[in-house]
Amino acid sequence: MTTSRTADILAYLRRNPRLAVGLVILTGILLFSGIGSLTVNAKLARPLSAPPFKPPSLQYPFGTDKFGRNMLAAMIVGTPLTLQVGLIAGVLGVSIATVLAFASAYYGGWFDTVIRWVVDVGLTIPSIMLLIMIAIVVRDITITQMALVVASTAWLWPTRTMRSQVLSLKERGYVELARLSGMSGLEIILKELMPNLIPIIVANLVSTIASAILATIGLEALGLGPSEIPTLGRIIYWVIIYSGVLQGYWWWWVPPIVIIVLIFLGLFLASTGLDEIANPRLRRVA
Amino acid sequence: MPPLLELRHVTKTFSRGLINRQRTVAVEDFSFAVNTDPASITAVVGESGSGKTTLARLLLGVITPTAGAVLYKGRDLRTLTPEERHTFRREVQVIFQDPFDVYNPFYKIDHVLEVPIEKFGLAHSQKEKRALAEQALQTVGLRPEETLGRYPHQFSGGQRQRIMVARALLLKPKLIIADEPASMIDASSRATVLANLRQLNQDFGISFIYITHDLTTAYQISQNIVVLYAGSVTEVGDVEMVVNQPRHPYTQLLIGSIPLPDPTRHWNPDGQTVQTTAAQPWHGGCKFADRCPHVMPKCQSTPPPLYRTDPRRFTTCYLHEAAPVASDADALAVFAASTPTV
Amino acid sequence: MTAATNHNSTAAVLQVRDLRVYYHTTRGSVKAVDGISFSLNPGERLGLVGESGSGKSTIALTLMRLLKPPARIEGGEILLDAKNLATLPDDQVRLLRLASIALIAQGAMNSLNPVIRVQDQLMDGFADHAVQLSKAERTARVRELLERVGLKPEVAWMYPHELSGGMKQRVVIAIAISLRPKVIVADEPTSALDVVVQMQVMETLRKAQQEIGAAVILIGHDMGLMAQFVDRLGVMYAGKLMEISPVGEIFANPLHPYSALLIASLPSLTSKSQLQGIPGLPPSLLNRQGGCPFYARCPKAMEVCQTEEPPLREIHPQRWVACHLY
Repeated sequence: MTTSRTADILAYLRRNPRLAVGLVILTGILLFSGIGSLTVNAKLARPLSAPPFKPPSLQYPFGTDKFGRNMLAAMIVGTPLTLQVGLIAGVLGVSIATVLAFASAYYGGWFDTVIRWVVDVGLTIPSIMLLIMIAIVVRDITITQMALVVASTAWLWPTRTMRSQVLSLKERGYVELARLSGMSGLEIILKELMPNLIPIIVANLVSTIASAILATIGLEALGLGPSEIPTLGRIIYWVIIYSGVLQGYWWWWVPPIVIIVLIFLGLFLASTGLDEIANPRLRRVA
Repeated sequence: MPPLLELRHVTKTFSRGLINRQRTVAVEDFSFAVNTDPASITAVVGESGSGKTTLARLLLGVITPTAGAVLYKGRDLRTLTPEERHTFRREVQVIFQDPFDVYNPFYKIDHVLEVPIEKFGLAHSQKEKRALAEQALQTVGLRPEETLGRYPHQFSGGQRQRIMVARALLLKPKLIIADEPASMIDASSRATVLANLRQLNQDFGISFIYITHDLTTAYQISQNIVVLYAGSVTEVGDVEMVVNQPRHPYTQLLIGSIPLPDPTRHWNPDGQTVQTTAAQPWHGGCKFADRCPHVMPKCQSTPPPLYRTDPRRFTTCYLHEAAPVASDADALAVFAASTPTV
Repeated sequence: MTAATNHNSTAAVLQVRDLRVYYHTTRGSVKAVDGISFSLNPGERLGLVGESGSGKSTIALTLMRLLKPPARIEGGEILLDAKNLATLPDDQVRLLRLASIALIAQGAMNSLNPVIRVQDQLMDGFADHAVQLSKAERTARVRELLERVGLKPEVAWMYPHELSGGMKQRVVIAIAISLRPKVIVADEPTSALDVVVQMQVMETLRKAQQEIGAAVILIGHDMGLMAQFVDRLGVMYAGKLMEISPVGEIFANPLHPYSALLIASLPSLTSKSQLQGIPGLPPSLLNRQGGCPFYARCPKAMEVCQTEEPPLREIHPQRWVACHLY
């Protein structure tokens, strides 16, 4: 009964290949950026650090783009930025969602009605449209500000899903018993409800991060967001407006797309792998 | 001394739907008082839809009455100060029906024992806390070394329920409301749990309101009994009288339907009207009139009052209108004077 | 006569021989049914009583061949109409369901289709078994079935939600008898019903089964219900049969210590008494030790009980017990 935590985790990963593979891919990407930033000079990601449009070679493993950026350096610099936005937006969004979901579901009343209305209406508005509007108004912004913009709609969906989870958990016998034992509402939320919702929060976090990254890439590919930094989406924007595809400079657009695909593959696998944990029916303790 | 808990002319209606309000009356003009001196066990028996679960929740203050009031030591539950409410929670405890749902799967079972100890300040050090928990478990016949430190799913329904009894015991309440504590447990463990309840009553002077649909277990452990039908009282009084000589046709039907574990004594399928079409809405008289083999015209129009057919038993049935009409205070007095039997 | 049959084998309508059903999980095989044998005579009411973990619900599903993976029939025979249900291919089993062997499941009233009228659900079985009827014949049949279960003809064009729990269960009984099966398996048919309704439903079932001459296997945990309804009773424990005898004899004189303890733990309505449960827990069906499954909780356990599993033997005429005491 008393095996070590790590042994438990490893055994679980063996039983859940999706989660394992997803985590491996994500770790790989992080390592790529991490080791890359130590080995490759970040300044090479700046324009005019190399002759433009050079195909991949030993000197420039990923080639160079129109502005003379070393693409390898650009990937190494751009990837963590993209991830960073996703992470900030995701964590922010889910944190807001958690607080609102618990308060709304547990206390009910007018607060719940207001939140529910806001979420329902907010979800019907295409978020990309909202984000474009906000991004246009707030021109040339930093990465962090970008993250805040994305977070402004990222909290809607997790609020709804977590609220319904809390609503059903609220009816459980142990919650009623806790109330009759003199626990206050906040204590019940933190001590009785929250621990049982951690798997769902984590699953929500992963999917919110994924959609935040997608939103960011989308906005950047449309030309919004920071203009000089070679984030993955920005690179795609430049490829589009400078006809990088038609002119045959495949090394310009293939690396960012490959990395984007890998990021999403990793997140998707991890998220469906976590689904098993989040689904209560499958979550029978052995 | 006002009774510990009292329901005064309580009606509870549940309504559903915004436009076409469907109202279900769970409990109708119900008056009931619980005295805890001497400590007794009162059974509330009824089938589904009788209002017994609603009664439990009203007594615990989990829901509030649509009409009438629930009083704790003479004070309306809704007007209690936080301190009074705290004392109320300590003196009136509960044992729920579902031994699976009532444990948070995230925590070990120690959690359900620790929370009340902490909340009610029963112990001041970790050692004291542990000692209290162990003692409570031992009292109900569970071994602390085999029970503490384990997760709920490692126990059977019967064991979990006994841990709940131990938890209730920790607070040394005056009254425990046991809402069908044994109905979701196997037969072989049921007897043990009920024996635990009896033990708490006899050894610790704790009173019980034992809510159940099972007349047999109600008979075994209680001194007084209230028989409910569709939110109203049909018969109330000393359990031996009610079970051995039932006066109300519904009680008679109920007793006649119990499957006795004795193939030579058959249940009684005759003498009652079987429902062959869907239920009709209530017309205002005695709730049992539609199914009663002795129904009279006046049963359909006005609900019968409480008649005192014997010194320690009352029934609401026009068949016994010769008996004196009793007030709720009379019924109360009878309960207060009951002496616990084995 | 072998231990597998409890009665004259040529007259039995259903014979179960050494049935084994295991659930194959990642942690091993859970032996839910581990060598059960009994026979069912035409028109007889047999009860199988057991607590949770005794394997009784698995038996109901097995007899109807409704098991889903990871459960699997490991061995044994289920002989109905000289066919072995255990090995029969699915399409042939389908022909037998409802026509030869019908099921009344626990909470079956909740599996009535809420958007289909009662009469159409009653006639579903006919359609599936290719029984052709004219409109007039159909109406007459529905009326007849409803009458048999004590329901008024108006019920035919009602929807399930308009009926009470007891009425719904009686509709389920009507469906079960609609093709006049030889065997009806009733798996805790009244567990969700109140005691008054329970009696009505069971009496309805008794009357219906007597009229069409079907045998009934009543599976449940309520000893009182068994006493009122069945002719013979089998006591299950940990996937095995401990005792099987005529019901009057089991209650008057239980032979197996488990049966005796179980009966003793039942509260009585006639006198207040000591409430005595059975200490301990049923054994895990996952890691079965050898010997008698009741060994750990048996007050009369002997040394041999720990190592050798007692076979089910006929101790007195009609009385079968699996215990080393005899």
